[in-house]
This record gives sequence, structure tokens and C-alpha cells, in this order.
Amino acid sequence: MTGTCMNSCFPIPLGIDSLLWNLGSGIWNFLPIIYLVGSVTFIIGLKMLSHPATARKGNLIAAGGMTLAILGTIFLYRHNGERLHNYGWIFAGLLIGGVIGVLAARKVKMTAMPEMVSLFNGMGGACAALISVVEFNHMISVPPEGGIISTVIKAITDTGPASLSGRTLIILLGLIIGTVSFAGSMIAWGKLNGRIRDFAFRGQHIVNLLVLGVSVVAAAYLVAAIDNHVQPELSAGLELRLQADGIVRWLFYLVLLLSVVYGVLFVMPIGGADMPVVISLLNSFTGVAAACGGFLYNNPVMLTGGILVGSAGTILTILMCRAMNRSLKNVLIGSFGGAKTGVAKEQGQYKAISVPDAAVVLAYAQKVIIVPGYGLAVAQAQHACHELEKLLEDRGVSVQYAIHPVAGRMPGHMNVLLAEADVPYEKLQEMEQANEAFPSTDAVLVLGANDVVNPAAKNDPDSPIYGMPILEVEHAKMVIVNKRSMKPGYAGIENDLFFRPKTSMLFGDARQVLQQLITEIKQV
Amino acid sequence: MIASLLSFIQQHLELIYIVILSVFLGIEVISRVPSVLHTPLMSGANAIHGVVIIGAIIVMGEAPADNYLALVLGFLAVILGTLNVVGGFVVTDRMLEMFKSKSQNPNSKSQTAKSK
Repeated sequence: MTGTCMNSCFPIPLGIDSLLWNLGSGIWNFLPIIYLVGSVTFIIGLKMLSHPATARKGNLIAAGGMTLAILGTIFLYRHNGERLHNYGWIFAGLLIGGVIGVLAARKVKMTAMPEMVSLFNGMGGACAALISVVEFNHMISVPPEGGIISTVIKAITDTGPASLSGRTLIILLGLIIGTVSFAGSMIAWGKLNGRIRDFAFRGQHIVNLLVLGVSVVAAAYLVAAIDNHVQPELSAGLELRLQADGIVRWLFYLVLLLSVVYGVLFVMPIGGADMPVVISLLNSFTGVAAACGGFLYNNPVMLTGGILVGSAGTILTILMCRAMNRSLKNVLIGSFGGAKTGVAKEQGQYKAISVPDAAVVLAYAQKVIIVPGYGLAVAQAQHACHELEKLLEDRGVSVQYAIHPVAGRMPGHMNVLLAEADVPYEKLQEMEQANEAFPSTDAVLVLGANDVVNPAAKNDPDSPIYGMPILEVEHAKMVIVNKRSMKPGYAGIENDLFFRPKTSMLFGDARQVLQQLITEIKQV
Repeated sequence: MIASLLSFIQQHLELIYIVILSVFLGIEVISRVPSVLHTPLMSGANAIHGVVIIGAIIVMGEAPADNYLALVLGFLAVILGTLNVVGGFVVTDRMLEMFKSKSQNPNSKSQTAKSK
């Protein structure tokens, strides 16, 4: 056996021996080195992505490492000395996926970016789940030569009988996590583009836990079943047949089905401002599912890539929760959008303002702060917004932007949007700075933001967003709120700010209103 | 069962070392990211877990020519994985392109301001 010779001839650690197996066939294999380079580029890429100046380069470096790893796998991968085949299928798949991927990513509007990330994330999860399905079928099928018998031969000579149940465990983990990530991402995608409404029913959390519990029990039973079948057969020789083949297969697809159900139920009731948190969490799920593939194929680059994203995604999720002053548990169990939306109190009268009046207010102010929100993104008004800012600056008005960490549908959403319109960095203020600046501000222009400026977060303990840090725009001398209508925001909560005496409502689409404002200010 | 799982861990000890170190590395790298970059970072991370495509390529490349289930599922996996990788990196690049044009602007502005 090449494997045993390899292990005795060279002191090669067990984990990567399959990568170096073809040393026996006399060809030096560069694949482990390519995988090493790939892993390093992922680490460097993530590191560089964390600084504005190097971010783009970091992304390109990671992409380069990925390309290298993919090409290396296609041409250099050997298993038991055998190279890959089905090249036609592989290249056709790469071509189709590549073309669709580039087109989708190039065509997507800036507003739809979060949906796109969610969609791509779902694709990755589905990919991991499919790998598990194929590998499972491969493992339990018993063709004349190969299949489970050869697996067992390899297990005895190479790694020991444990590899089969361990393998089953990894396959199941990849299946469950990948499927949950896929189903959840699809729901998140549908919700963000408005195709799927929030949906919750009484006792949903118990049902969710039950579904998860049943699939975990089924998975554990599966591992145990395969383990029990392997052990006695091994001592009796190599005659191995999984008599329970039927039930094992049935259980596997039950786990797959339950994972889909769990993924859907998991995301369904979570709504409103919490969607970014969910996408970030599902992103880290897919990372872990990819890492399962790393165990399955003893593949270090899949392992590092997957786990890095898994841990980084979890931290990002926690950072986002912290920005909203809530715990992850609260986000996942607290059903933001689906729960009662606070008591509909008697609200006072709101005051509308006309465009010419608003133009005068802004033009004669000394200090203006703009608070952008999702409405700005929807209306694609970032360029008009920048134009207004420049116009006011030329008149000697100091203009700043106040960015709430979770404004829009993703953290940093507003930053990306304003960056597209060439708004300089130093004009963007974070929440703490902005809150200090509001009392000395003449006019605040709120563009399509709602929940992030809702004072209920501070003074109404019954409100679902109570405790979330907000931009305290009510401290400014005057607040002009641009909205399309009086409809509540994404979280479905009434906003008391709109009924305050200092607040004036400026109704209309953000872009049209901004363009009208620009024309008016030019005439002032 | 526990015994065989333990020996599975033993056989994959160095992969488990990689897992543990990568967990801490991921935490370390992300904790220092300014909130401005959260969206591109999430998108970049999304592209990196597209490394699962390697598993799909192996599945596809090892599928026997007469096993249609494996062929079809493997083919689908390759397409989906490629979508994840290519789409992810291109979207991230598009987002960061805007940052680049912006980070140059303040410089050029400050230069023109100085020259004035």
C-alpha cells in the first residue's frame, strides 16, 4: 500500500498524507504548497480588508489565492494516486457559475447589495450541503470494488476503523449547517427585497427547538448506527454490508428535510432592523459548513478559509448586536418585527413643511447635520445628497453626516452608499460624535431614517427597540424629516419624533425632494 | 461510538489545531475593523467561505461516469460554489472601488487647497 509505505518511509504527519500520496508515483506535488499560499492569502486578505487604504488590495489578494487553490485542485489533486476526471463538467460548471456571478454582481444596484450578499451566502451553503449528500451516498453505496469496502480497507491500513463514524459525523454537520444556512439565506433574501413578509406564530420557538432537537437526535442515531455496523464486521473480516441501508438513507434525508424547515423557521419571525445580524450569522454558518469539507478531504485551505470566516462572522455578529445594545439571544428569540409593535398611543398632530421653506431653513443655518437612512438608499439619492451638501458648504453652511451603526439594512451600508457619491470621509460622524454635536446644530435633515432616530428607544420601556442607542436628533434646534409617508419604519414602530413641536415633515421621494431643495437653494 | 470519535479526533489532531488557531486569528483580525468597513468585510468573508468550491470540484472530479446522481449534484455544487466565489469577490470589489475613489479625493483636495 502506498499509504503505509509513505508513512513508514517519510515522517509525514497523518493529516496531510493524502495530499502527498502521489509522491509515491514519483511526481512532486505542489498542491500542499499551493494550499498553504491560499490559506495565507485569506488571512492577509481579511487583515487588509480591515483598513480602508488596503481593503481593495486585500480583496484582490484573497481572490488571487482562491484562484490558485481552485486551479491547483483541478490539475494537481490526486487521491490514491488517481487524478480527477469529468473535466468537461467541472469547466462547464465553473463557466456557468462564473458568468452568472459576474453579471449578477455587476448589475446589482447599491441598494440591493445586502440581498446579493445573502443570496451568494445561500449558494455557498447549498454547495456544502450538496457535497455532503454526494459523499454520503458514496459512503453507503457498496459497488463491487470500492465504496465502503475500500473505505474500510483504507480505514484499517491507514487510519483505523474510527474514520467511518467520524466521517459520517462530519458529513452530517456539513449537511445540517449548510442547509440551514441555505434555507435561512433564501428567506433573508426574500425578506430584504420585500417578497416575503415576517411570519410568526405562538410557540414558534418551541417548534424550532423541537425541529432542531429531532434532527440532532436523528443525526446522532445515524452516526451510532454506522459505528455499530462497522465494528463487528471489521473483526469478522472485510465482509461489510450495511443491512440497515434503507433506514440509514431514510434518516439522512429526514435530517436534510428538517434542516430546511429549521432554516426557514429560524429566519421567518426575525424582522426589521435585525436582518443584518441574521445575514452575518448565516455567513459564519456557511464558513463552518465549508470547514467540514476541510475535514472530509483533509484539505487545509478549506479548513482555514471556513473557520476564519466562521469566527470572524461570529465576532461581526456580536459587534452588530452590541451596536444595537442587545444580546444575540435577544435578537434570535425576541422576534423583533413579528412581536407586538408597542401600544399604538394617541399621537398628536404632525407639522408638514414645504420645499421652499425647508430650503430657506437650510440655506440660512450655520450648522446642518444630515442623517441618512434606508430611504436614501431606496431612492438612490446619494448623489443628490452630496450635491446639496456641496451647495450648502459653498454658502458657508457647515454640513456633516451622522451615521448610525445600523442605519440601512447592513452595518456600514450608509458609508458605502455615501462613498459611492464621493462624500469625503471626514464629513461622516459616528454616533457618539454626532450626539455631542446635535445640541449646537441649527437644522437636522433626516433622509429616510426612522428607527435609528426614534426617541422611544430611550424613554419608552414598552417599545421593542427600548435600549438601542439612537441618534438624538431631537436636541437640535430644528428637525426636518423626509419620508415618503407617515407609515412606520422597517421595524414597524410608531415614531414619536415626528409629532414633536421642533419637527417638520417633508414628504416625498428622497431624490426628488433633494433635487427640488437644490433648485430652491440656488434661488435663495 | 465515543471511542471511535475519540480516535477520529486523534487522527485529525493537526486539523483540529488549525481550527483552534484559526478561530482566534479570525477574532483578532475582525476586532480591529472600523464600522465603516463592516459591509465590504462581510461581503469579503462571504467570498472567502466560497472555498467550499474546492470540495465541489473534488466531488465532481471523482464522480464515476455512470453515477448520474453524483454527476448532477456535483455539477450543481460546482455552479453554486463558483457563484459564491466569483459573485462574492466582484461585489466586494465594487463596494471597495468607491472607497478608493474617495480616499484619493481628500488627498487631491488637500493638495489643491495647499497649492491655493
